[in-house]
Amino acid sequence: MTNASDDDDLWEAVADPTRRKLLDLLVARGQATATTLTTEMPVSRQAISKHLALLQRVGLVDGHRQGREVRYEVREQRLAEATGALSEVAKRWDRRLRVIKQLAEEAHAAERATRAERDADQRPTT
Amino acid sequence: MSDYTIEREIEIDAPVEVVWRTITEPDLIRTWFADVADVEARPGAVGSLTFRADSDAPNVVGITVVTADRPHRFSYRWVYPPGERATETNSTLVTFTLVADGDERTRLRVVESGLDQMDMTEDDKRKFFEEHRHGWQVQGDRLRDLFAAGRASP
Repeated sequence: MTNASDDDDLWEAVADPTRRKLLDLLVARGQATATTLTTEMPVSRQAISKHLALLQRVGLVDGHRQGREVRYEVREQRLAEATGALSEVAKRWDRRLRVIKQLAEEAHAAERATRAERDADQRPTT
Repeated sequence: MSDYTIEREIEIDAPVEVVWRTITEPDLIRTWFADVADVEARPGAVGSLTFRADSDAPNVVGITVVTADRPHRFSYRWVYPPGERATETNSTLVTFTLVADGDERTRLRVVESGLDQMDMTEDDKRKFFEEHRHGWQVQGDRLRDLFAAGRASP
């Protein structure tokens, strides 16, 4: 298991929108260099290199030197550690909220129907 | 200590009072949440939720109500070790907030915080990632939604 400060570093790493976008691109492509990532991001190559270095430091990506460039790829296990529990919990709540919505709306419709019936009964017949 | 937080919201076509009953009454909790619910909407009330009650090894989870402000706010701590008292460091805090939008509509928000207390096995994590690898490509920046709530202040 990871310790608390380790978790903090992970969280800081993925809390930044630019780094999340980088992670998403890397997950989609499998591998990429800072240069290719620059063509898809509205930030400088230098900024992307800095973000990649941070991601590598916390273990979210691996870099392999290839000629003059470094190819990066996501360490899936590590990314799952950073996001897995959270997204699982979010999905569970989405499911529960959908059922709550359905139950409450059904109960409300039933109460309205009962009320309408009662009102109809109380209306004097002509 | 870090404090991971999930925040989800839904619009419901029913008055707040009806939504309140749906999230607090044991009979209704059984429908959307646990198989057996022993819960009382009263601050300090200690109860339990049972999951898969029909299995050989049902999972019984303690639940301690923190806030019960009918019909606006309901919160409780859970997922703490059996036999222990719920504290800030051994449980997550779930808070439901109900906001009336006219007489017949309610915005229901749920926030669960303290998720870094949760343990997930390495296997669970790996399985999770495998299942969602493709989802990430299709849905774009889905991490954004997960972290939309940001990080609660410690």
